[in-house]
Amino acid sequence: MNTTIMLFLLQDGITNGAIYALLGLALVLVFAVTRVILIPQGEFVTYGALTYASLASGQMPGTAKLALAMGIVACAFDLFVARKALHGRLILRSVLANVVLPAIVLALTISFAAQKPPVAVCIALSLVIVAMIGLYLYRIAFQPLAHTSVLVLLIASVGTHLALQGLGLLFFGAEGQRGPAVLSGSFTAGALRFTGQSLTVYGITIAFIVGLWLFFGLTLYGKALRATAVNRLGARLAGIRTTLSGQIAFLLASVIGALSGIMIVPITTLYYDSGFLIGLKGFVAAIIGGLVSYPLTAVAALFVGIVEAFSSFYASNYKEVIVFMLLIPVLLLRSLAAPAVEEEKD
Amino acid sequence: MQSRLPILVFATVMAAIPFIPGMPPFWIVLLDNIGLSALVAMGLVLLTGVGGLTSFGQAAFVGFGAYTTALLTTAYGLSPWLTLPLSLLVSGLLAVLLGLVTVRLSGHYLPLGTLAWGLGLFYLFSKLEFLGRNDGISAIPPLSIGTFKMLSPGSIYFAIWVAVILSALLTMNLLDSRTGRAIRALRRGHVAAEAFGVHTPRAKMLVFIHAAVLAGLSGWLYAHLQRAVNPTPFGAQAGIEYLFIAVVGGAGYVWGGVLGAAIVVILKEVLQSYLPLILPGSGQVETIVFGIMLVALLQLAPGGVWPWLMSFLPERTGGKKPDASLKLEQRLRASGEGGVLLQVEKARKQFGGVVAVNNVSFDVQAREIVALIGPNGAGKSTTFNLITGVLSATSGSISVLGKKVDRAPPQEIVKLGISRTFQHVKLVPDMTVLENVAIGAHLRGHSGPLSSMLRLDRADEAKLLAEAARQIERVGLADQMHQLAGSLSLGQQRIVEIARALCVDPMLLLLDEPAAGLRHMEKQQLAKLLRDLRDGGMSVLLVEHDMGFVMNLADRIVVLDFGTKIAEGTPATIKTNPEVIKAYLGVAA
Repeated sequence: MNTTIMLFLLQDGITNGAIYALLGLALVLVFAVTRVILIPQGEFVTYGALTYASLASGQMPGTAKLALAMGIVACAFDLFVARKALHGRLILRSVLANVVLPAIVLALTISFAAQKPPVAVCIALSLVIVAMIGLYLYRIAFQPLAHTSVLVLLIASVGTHLALQGLGLLFFGAEGQRGPAVLSGSFTAGALRFTGQSLTVYGITIAFIVGLWLFFGLTLYGKALRATAVNRLGARLAGIRTTLSGQIAFLLASVIGALSGIMIVPITTLYYDSGFLIGLKGFVAAIIGGLVSYPLTAVAALFVGIVEAFSSFYASNYKEVIVFMLLIPVLLLRSLAAPAVEEEKD
Repeated sequence: MQSRLPILVFATVMAAIPFIPGMPPFWIVLLDNIGLSALVAMGLVLLTGVGGLTSFGQAAFVGFGAYTTALLTTAYGLSPWLTLPLSLLVSGLLAVLLGLVTVRLSGHYLPLGTLAWGLGLFYLFSKLEFLGRNDGISAIPPLSIGTFKMLSPGSIYFAIWVAVILSALLTMNLLDSRTGRAIRALRRGHVAAEAFGVHTPRAKMLVFIHAAVLAGLSGWLYAHLQRAVNPTPFGAQAGIEYLFIAVVGGAGYVWGGVLGAAIVVILKEVLQSYLPLILPGSGQVETIVFGIMLVALLQLAPGGVWPWLMSFLPERTGGKKPDASLKLEQRLRASGEGGVLLQVEKARKQFGGVVAVNNVSFDVQAREIVALIGPNGAGKSTTFNLITGVLSATSGSISVLGKKVDRAPPQEIVKLGISRTFQHVKLVPDMTVLENVAIGAHLRGHSGPLSSMLRLDRADEAKLLAEAARQIERVGLADQMHQLAGSLSLGQQRIVEIARALCVDPMLLLLDEPAAGLRHMEKQQLAKLLRDLRDGGMSVLLVEHDMGFVMNLADRIVVLDFGTKIAEGTPATIKTNPEVIKAYLGVAA
């Protein structure tokens, strides 16, 4: 193997790895705060990507309607739960956040979709739409189950994944789509060619990692989220609304997912069901990071991306086998290193 | 002890269904599929619901079973009946291999690990040349008895449901046994079970293999029902689906697995056939509705449908009282159970920079009650954990009957006749008091999993339960024997722990705050019990905060403060020791 191929594979691996890193971070975040293993993370990716691609090609994405529909259901949940103590402010707030907001976004989407809006508008709309879907998803599916076991949450997570994937097929069809590059142009350095797109990927990943680090280290909300992750009951006693923490976690996860999707879709064709596998690889990274550590997850994600790039070159048939089997030795090391005395609780 | 009547009725109904005139053949196909899923789900009930090991990889074992028989019957012309044991063997052996790697994983790593190899194996099935890659293997011969070939779904129906009902019976027998109690204790953590000699990795491995073999059986039947296999039904989606069949049905209940399979298979079928009529023209609507219904179902009944249904039945009260005349043979006595039982010498335990136990030395003689006291955080419970092998000392030594046991695991310590209770009660709340206490006698029974499944363990089992009942009566909880341990008050649960420890037939009893949460009368009864035990030849080492209780009971007291021994002596000398007073009340004015 010559150096050019190696460098090329390395570059490819790092680009993919950066995306996995973002997804891995989101998974760690959601798991730490809500104990939900977020299988539908992959759907956030495809929704973001395909909404962006549809808008860019002048089509109306169905996700905007979905956001409104889910918002209405979420609003109904809010009102039902608070039915014994309804008051004007609460109703108003719920209706504003869950119904009026997605309705406005839907109206904007409809008016923009017909006229092939510029890339920036497409990105903004896609992000907002998917962010709302993530938020309402938490309200509808997971908030009522917040007290149950990790296993039940996991199964619910699978359920939402199935539903969202099915809806994805309904909205975007079985055909794959590609979107326009976020940043066009390229330059070469030695044997390597850097496209604007891959630089965007690196930039956004780094920005997010730093951003999350600052958010959790310096802001009150970030600290509240960390407190919720450590001990829900303790956090509640300290006056932190654990529901709010869950909502923030899902909001961040969906934005990250959608952003990842928007960054990949100019590079690879995405289908309605591509997200699952992409999400799973972010998952592999998250697990290697032990579902707790952000920097470790980021490093692991780069590693996963590079392994994937090299194995697709040498043994393309066994690419997936290699990536997923990679986990076993890592898990084994992790659990051998974990202290044996602390008991797992239900 | 469960009544066999409902199962008999169920078997009869299932046997009669195909003979109902006008039964649509399509329904039989559905029942076949339910049976196949139920087998896998049943394994998951044992693995996940009872044992607490979540696996997403069961579909891979179904695949192993199916591909084994497919390959051997087509390429080598073996009879399907010959490949049945082979299919089970392959699933079982691969479970051993994967289990060696996976069951050691703790917490959330385990389900994720199974997801990983589940996915990996799926891709392997679809890439291997000799398994026919994505096309799989077709033209698999049907099952046959003599000249009768089970070609139709209606004829293999019996094979499937015989397998389901037999497996359910064997699984339930297994759960209601010595090994079963060890398995049921797994979910509550390993420390308590190991303190009574349960080899938890082995127990986990056992349920893992059991679940894999059931999945392999399902795969074998599947291959001969479809008469063709391809990788699709053995992927990650299927693995996830089996898991939610178990969760929907009620993950802790064998029949929950069967019910869950029925609910999920029928729901999917109904959605697939009727939804297009309501919402025509769209492809994956059934997946959407299925996903939504799943979430809704979990929100309505997070524990699963089976326990929800069972809660409508009148509660069964009481159970059979074990036959008290049966005697369990005593634990093997070592020579020298009359002198120094336990010698702790300069034991030290450091957690990073924290010295929890600092060069502590003391001993416990035969027929003696020694109390270990000290303010919170003095290192008392850590000392207990060092003695019982839960933690190993950083330096120093611990000897039992003159033999060093520094590195011995808890299972070895209990064999020497040292048993314990826990500061934070470690009972299995959904098992009865009797069953919980019987775990204490684990090492005094002999029946293994196979004899339990086949009910060859009844003589052994009756003796174990009789011993457990005797110890429960001894501590005065005879009336609560058949209640669930979780329904007792905390004080009573501590007493149950003592009964469990007594089942070991110990020479030395380690009690961690036994009197906490007891009322005055109960404390007096406990003190009397402990004195009786001492007079009967047993020694007791106890940690306790209730000074009145300790001073009246203990022969000797060892005082710890910040991990260091500051005093030792009779209650009278300890009461006046200035160091002790300082430790408890601060500097004397």
